[in-house]
Amino acid sequence: MTVILSQSFTGISIGAVLLLIALGLSLTFGQMGVINMAHGEFIMAGAYTVYVVQKSIDSAGTSLLISLPLAFLVAGAMGVLLEWLLIRRLYARPLDTLLVTWGVSLMLQQLARDIFGAPNVNAQAPSWLSGRITLVDGEHSLTLAHSRLFILGLAIAAVVALTLTLRRTSLGRRIRAVVQHRDLAEASGIATGRVDRITFFIGSGLAGLAGVALTLVGPIGPTMGTNIIIDAFLVIVVGGIGQLRGAVIAAFALGVLQAVMEYSTTVSVARVTVLVAIVAFLQWRPQGIYTLRTRSLA
Amino acid sequence: MTDHQTETGTGNGTGDETTTGNGSGARGARWRLAGGYAAAAVLLFAVAPAVLSDFRLEQLARYLCFAMVAVGISLAWGRGGMLTLGQGLFFGLGGYAMAMHLKLADAGPGQLPDFMLLYGSTDQLPWWWEPFRSPVVAIAAVFLVPMAVAAVIGFLVFRRRVRGAYFAILSQALAAAFAILLIGQQATTGGTNGLTNFQGFFGFALNDPINRRTVYFVIAGTLLALMLLTRQLFLSRYGELLVAVRDSEERVRFLGYDPALVKLVAYVVSAGMAGLAGALFVPAVGIISPALIGIVPSIQFLIGAAIGGRASLVGAALGAIAVAWAQTTLSEEFPAAWTYFQAGLFIVVVAFLPGGLISLRQLLTRRRPTPLGAST
Repeated sequence: MTVILSQSFTGISIGAVLLLIALGLSLTFGQMGVINMAHGEFIMAGAYTVYVVQKSIDSAGTSLLISLPLAFLVAGAMGVLLEWLLIRRLYARPLDTLLVTWGVSLMLQQLARDIFGAPNVNAQAPSWLSGRITLVDGEHSLTLAHSRLFILGLAIAAVVALTLTLRRTSLGRRIRAVVQHRDLAEASGIATGRVDRITFFIGSGLAGLAGVALTLVGPIGPTMGTNIIIDAFLVIVVGGIGQLRGAVIAAFALGVLQAVMEYSTTVSVARVTVLVAIVAFLQWRPQGIYTLRTRSLA
Repeated sequence: MTDHQTETGTGNGTGDETTTGNGSGARGARWRLAGGYAAAAVLLFAVAPAVLSDFRLEQLARYLCFAMVAVGISLAWGRGGMLTLGQGLFFGLGGYAMAMHLKLADAGPGQLPDFMLLYGSTDQLPWWWEPFRSPVVAIAAVFLVPMAVAAVIGFLVFRRRVRGAYFAILSQALAAAFAILLIGQQATTGGTNGLTNFQGFFGFALNDPINRRTVYFVIAGTLLALMLLTRQLFLSRYGELLVAVRDSEERVRFLGYDPALVKLVAYVVSAGMAGLAGALFVPAVGIISPALIGIVPSIQFLIGAAIGGRASLVGAALGAIAVAWAQTTLSEEFPAAWTYFQAGLFIVVVAFLPGGLISLRQLLTRRRPTPLGAST
């Protein structure tokens, strides 16, 4: 029983990382119908930010706290640059955007290799995150690592902040208007181009935060983004385009399913099972858990 | 049929007006086509073997396999609008089907392939290896298995109108999962190392340079045959319908066709081509491994088609050959510069020249454009 519980907790912490990544993707995908394949490299940028900050500041704890806003800014700025240079020129060609951003991701990976070298590097986790809470002691102990709890907290904070922004602020109202009906929003006097850029900044910034979170559980490397981005895309596919609550449910569901399956079978079989489950799920709800109701066909 | 006209929809895409085929100049086009194929055949069958060393010819054989995949991609993506980021799955299915047969043939009747003895985890052949002892089954499997898998995936996905980016992501995830599965089942698939070290190819020793040349000729012939077949598909009523589905799926549905079926055929045929390419890749290069079929190689298949010209058969095939050639020759000397160059060229072409480099010719000579435009 405790094994299932501890696997579920592992699943939830995997889900939390996926959620951080998927939030940003969901935002940009919902906003502009754009799949940003370079999102994974924004994660990488966030992770390398931690590495660079730690090079200049010795204390792991302080550097982590500085890295959080800094990674958000770095990744966000990269996102804005990408949107301004390429994506806004490819409006209404979503599949071409996907390919173009993949080309960008290839370049950014090579850039990281040239700057930081091809081998993975590690960031020091602060001492206050290296402990673990033991819930059930004894033969089947159930322990929760501080670092994973921190990631979970970060994900929850991001969801809350994003929800509040979208629901309560005038910026959020404008973003929602553009998502629901771009032409009508523009006719109502919303500068959709500027809203697009701000959305891209926030979405990419969240990828930077995810990168910081990933440094707590794994190494930093040029291809770290590619490895996890597919799972985040699957979260979006299952959750539904531009739907935050869909992304939340899907991220934790996929994380827990993966972790539990991994325990009962092997890693590779677990991945295939999760994928089959997703295809089966799409038979039932092809547009994901939640859909934006529109009057368009299909 | 040649004076049949198609108007592309403005519904969900950029909506450029396109006409396919018109009466005047059809005869000239046919002669140009025949001349083009004759020239390609002379180049592939006479010039290349005469001037290239054995080593270079084997490399060319590899590029031609990639061109086969690109031909399938130009059918599914260029004409059908289905962005298949997971052709590695079908390439791998075909490749592994062939490799399993070659392994069993090397081992001899009743024996286990060498790598299984090496890992020592099994003393009995897994049941799904058994049918591949027969060369007939293996040859049929190299395209029937990928086509069957594509049919199941396509049926489930297209029927529920999963498309666009959703389809792209799903196809990519499938290729990734297949590679991971192969790595995980090392005892029966060879794991990360894949299957390699083949001695013979249907009774012919592969260490004999003459036989390796024959493999090259088989590959070149298959590629030309596949291109002719695909060209017939492009020109048929079905080809017109496929372009129509790409440009305005709803309109085709309202005309009484089933777009899911139209897309399914293109997807299955392109999967069969990728499978065949994978199968011929095995004797030509001597290895099939998960590293050749995962996410990155799957997108690599697409790069050539995109740069050359996704909707143009010749463009896609030439693009695949050129990119593969440049990758081999340039990446050895300047790995970093090559990555920037390849990615940069890819970005510029996809963003600003969606018809690929082959469409430059039409821009320059102001000939009628090949049907390309709206991507969903």
